[in-house]
Amino acid sequence: MRKYLLKRVFYMILTLFLVATITFFLMKLMPGTPYSNQQKMTAQQIQIMNEQYGLNKPMWLQYLIYLGGMLHGDFGVSFQFSNQPVSYLIASRIGASAQLGFQAMIFGVVLGIIIGAVAAVHRNTWVDTLCTILSIIGKSVPNFVLAVLLQFYIALKLGWFPIADWGGFSYTVLPTIALGVGPLAETARFIRTGMVDVLNSDYIELAKAKGLSRYGIVYHHALRNSLIPLVTLIGPYTVALMTGSMVIENIFSIPGIGEQFVKSILTNDYPTIMGVTMLFSAGLVAVILITDIIYGIIDPRIRLSGSGD
Amino acid sequence: MAERILDVKNLKIDFHTYAGAVKAIRDVSFHLDKGETLAIVGESGSGKSVTTKSLMGLLANNAEVTGGSIMFHDQDILKKSEKEMQNIRGKDIAMIFQDPMTSLDPTMRIGQQIAEPLIKHKHVDKKKAWSQALELMKLVGITDAEERIKNYPHQFSGGQRQRIVIAIALVCYPEILIADEPTTALDVTIQAQILELMKELQEKIETSIIFITHDLGVVAGMADRVAVMYAGQIVEYGTVDEIFFNPQHPYTWGLLNSMPTLSSTKLEAIPGTPPDLLDPPKGDPFVARNPYAMKIDAEQRPPFFKVSETHYAATWLLHPDAPKVTPPDEIVRRRQTFKDIMAHKAI
Repeated sequence: MRKYLLKRVFYMILTLFLVATITFFLMKLMPGTPYSNQQKMTAQQIQIMNEQYGLNKPMWLQYLIYLGGMLHGDFGVSFQFSNQPVSYLIASRIGASAQLGFQAMIFGVVLGIIIGAVAAVHRNTWVDTLCTILSIIGKSVPNFVLAVLLQFYIALKLGWFPIADWGGFSYTVLPTIALGVGPLAETARFIRTGMVDVLNSDYIELAKAKGLSRYGIVYHHALRNSLIPLVTLIGPYTVALMTGSMVIENIFSIPGIGEQFVKSILTNDYPTIMGVTMLFSAGLVAVILITDIIYGIIDPRIRLSGSGD
Repeated sequence: MAERILDVKNLKIDFHTYAGAVKAIRDVSFHLDKGETLAIVGESGSGKSVTTKSLMGLLANNAEVTGGSIMFHDQDILKKSEKEMQNIRGKDIAMIFQDPMTSLDPTMRIGQQIAEPLIKHKHVDKKKAWSQALELMKLVGITDAEERIKNYPHQFSGGQRQRIVIAIALVCYPEILIADEPTTALDVTIQAQILELMKELQEKIETSIIFITHDLGVVAGMADRVAVMYAGQIVEYGTVDEIFFNPQHPYTWGLLNSMPTLSSTKLEAIPGTPPDLLDPPKGDPFVARNPYAMKIDAEQRPPFFKVSETHYAATWLLHPDAPKVTPPDEIVRRRQTFKDIMAHKAI
């Protein structure tokens, strides 16, 4: 197991290195410069600015300098956001995004599993049809439409929750719902499909023959076996949500990282782009490893064949 | 006389499909006494499995029982609610399934799978249930049971898994054990071991067995009595000797004739296919494939004619007015053996 983990961690580092390299050069290929009012600047001013940010050095040297800094945990200084260090910028903004993304995932996955399981148990009845229709709606309605509807009806008309901004838990409820409906619909669909298969299997028939109740069969036998395909889905989804959703963060004025990321791309804020990309990638490779470990916990067959010992 | 624990009378089951109602079980009656093994023999689609599923209350959603009764002691299983059936299943009536490779939950430890019925029916705590599960694993012949109780199904071979499935079925010491083709998915050598084990356990646990199979070779060694099913009906039943050596129904003749023997040079088959149960024939369902068919076979369903106290067959050939026919050579030979057996018994 230890050997396996070491091997995996080595590959994770390799992946991150490749991501950093490719992103760095792709970013440099983007048209434009980091300066917003370049037309009004003199050649000399640009020269000075380039020197200050190290943009006058050859590209390979810039790359090496960046990599060197990254190894020391230095992601450079943002061009755009009041010259703050990127690591500080991310640290101050990731909290809100991560909390929101995590809550949305928990909300979506837990409710999705319940809805999917109910649909599967009552398959081919009106309950199943209702669940399917709901999950299609959940999947097809863009979350910003839902967000605005929630703001209008729940926040403005009913006044149950604040309409926007970032304060206590009550501020997170509406954005959590808006963000969580996507994973909810997806989870419900996955669980329903998986569980219908599982419920038709011989070991469920055997469980019935043991005299277990319907609830007992679903809870003890069907659920765990239906979760396996879902695990693949959840990992990357969680990372995507936790590293910020630009639209939802904008609509609810949440000081998250998603908004920052888009702005940094539009303005060629190289260090911020790199920083956020590296954070996202690191999250993703970590989640893939965790996913594989969770697989093993859920399905003993994978535990033996996958761990290499 | 042995205590009668199960009495199925005039059972009729339809399956509702888009094409119409399939009359899968058409007036089936049989009984089971304490400690005996009844084999139900028939080809695929004859209704063997449907019959046993109805005993467990595990019929598919589109199945409808349209008549008859299943008396388990003095209670009619067909009148039980789902909740009441849950208390019978796995406790009083248990079942062994056909394919051990797929009938165990791949993500649950073997110990828990065996212990589950105990926890459900006998309300024992998990620790006690596991220790009883361990006893049963030893009883069904799993070596190193202490170690293996924590294993998962994929760590066992097919034969071992079927032993575990048997352990699950027997853990509550059921009165009736239904074995639905328990050896079909296994190698021939493993088959013999599993059959041996079942016989051994039947004596220890004192259970009655309903043994579903299409393999007459398996029946000979296992059963006390045999019921032959065809097209949703029982066409002949009797003791194992009576069915094997003094069969009366042409379908039973066909089945026995198609069994390979040491002297047979080619395999005999019964020509034709079973009738469509969407629109079952009016008379004897075997009429279309029966080389000995008479006019009345197509028109009227034959009643059961008594051959002996224990042996009945539904064929017009047994009617006093029917012409005498000569069965296939193989059957004539068997009848000769039957005379020897009876003579031997008489002594």
